[in-house]
Amino acid sequence: MNSTPAPDLSSPPEAAHAPEQPALAAAGPLASYWRSVLAILWKDLAAEFRSKELISAMLVFSLLVVLIFNFALQLDRVARENVAAGVLWVTAVFSGTLGLNRSLALEKDRGSLDGLLLTPVDRSALYFGKMLGNWFFMLIVQAIILPVFAVLYNLPMLTPLLLVFVVLGTLGYAGVGTLLASMAVHSRSRDVMLPILLLPVALPVLVAAVQGSGGVLEKRAWDEISLWFNVLAVYDVIFIAVAYMAFDYVVEE
Amino acid sequence: MIETRALTKTFGLQPVLRGVDLTIARGERVALMGPNGAGKTTLLRIIATLARASFGAVRVAGHSLPHEAEQVRRRLGVIAHHPLLYGDLTAEENLRFYARMYGLADDGAHLGRLLERVGLAARRRDLVRTFSRGMQQRLAIARGLLHSPDVLLLDEPYTGLDPAGAQLLDEVVRAATARGCTILMTTHDLEHGFALAQRAVILVRGKIVFSARADEMTPAEFARHYEQHTGARP
Repeated sequence: MNSTPAPDLSSPPEAAHAPEQPALAAAGPLASYWRSVLAILWKDLAAEFRSKELISAMLVFSLLVVLIFNFALQLDRVARENVAAGVLWVTAVFSGTLGLNRSLALEKDRGSLDGLLLTPVDRSALYFGKMLGNWFFMLIVQAIILPVFAVLYNLPMLTPLLLVFVVLGTLGYAGVGTLLASMAVHSRSRDVMLPILLLPVALPVLVAAVQGSGGVLEKRAWDEISLWFNVLAVYDVIFIAVAYMAFDYVVEE
Repeated sequence: MIETRALTKTFGLQPVLRGVDLTIARGERVALMGPNGAGKTTLLRIIATLARASFGAVRVAGHSLPHEAEQVRRRLGVIAHHPLLYGDLTAEENLRFYARMYGLADDGAHLGRLLERVGLAARRRDLVRTFSRGMQQRLAIARGLLHSPDVLLLDEPYTGLDPAGAQLLDEVVRAATARGCTILMTTHDLEHGFALAQRAVILVRGKIVFSARADEMTPAEFARHYEQHTGARP
């Protein structure tokens, strides 16, 4: 049972409720922009660390996928090395899609998306704030999954180069995924709509991430892997740049 | 302060607003009433920059929409029946988040005064999801006033408010107009809306069918007009 003291309404309305002009933050346009981005990121992280709604769903799903593949594919070491990168990215993609969908759906269902859209910030700041949050959640899940993966598949999953591919791959996926989740959230069949929209678009990132990660696990030379690193980096930039330009139109009714 | 000309909005082939002409002067309180589906919320969402008109012109606080939407949002406050808050943040964190989004300085005293004003100072560190509907709506009032807006849009703002909360909102609305804030409010509560407004407007099937100053008629006369234009008993 919630109770709160009734507000003091005895004073004259004008005196009681005339708001003092609030002070504006002393920041230039660029600083204000990033202040808004960080405010959204902080809000998403603070809310998630209390509710654990997104991360727990993504993590449980990821663990199940890794376990199922482990038991389904009774493989020798060579075969494991060949399929490990694929299994890793299937896990990342499906749990990431789950997180992207929920992240925007929660804002929409609770009505707080309108609250965000009413604030006088460039819409791209909303995009970057949400995208960084989604990326961070994907990275947290990967940080937990990779050691589990290493144990179950008996592979060196924590090498620096593999981590670079994980960071870049999840960045590209979160980058384009946040944009498409903002589109799908207005649809009644958004749970189905997002994977249908996202997976074909994100294919270049996924192919590069799988090939690059596979190359690292198979201990191929950098010359063979660098192509996939470059493809991944270029697509990350393209996806984020396109999302930056398109987000304003996507979130409008 | 708010001006719409021939404002039209269609969803697919379905017209929701059909040539709405509405002018609201600075410091004026206008209540927009009408039956469900009349287009009240759509009109408010277009003025609030949340939706685009299909046709027609909209100016708010001297800025035209949709081109100057960011400038409009800077001077606009919205209190809706959805509180637009985050349940997993505390009352204070919600206000601090929105203060940052509105480019305000991190001023704990300002937030404290607002929470005091809406009677939630004692619950400032409690998560909003533990609040009752009425308490959330009070916090929504504080959120709407955070940046001292020049235009306040109220969409069914009394939903969920207890009598003390409703009285608080009435006083906030009167105080806001006393400092020159323009207010456009939608409500189904004819009696309350008419008593609070300086002008009452009736919207039916996307068109303004009646507009009159509240001091030029009695509530009973207005109720008769409402029934005559909408076919619904108030």
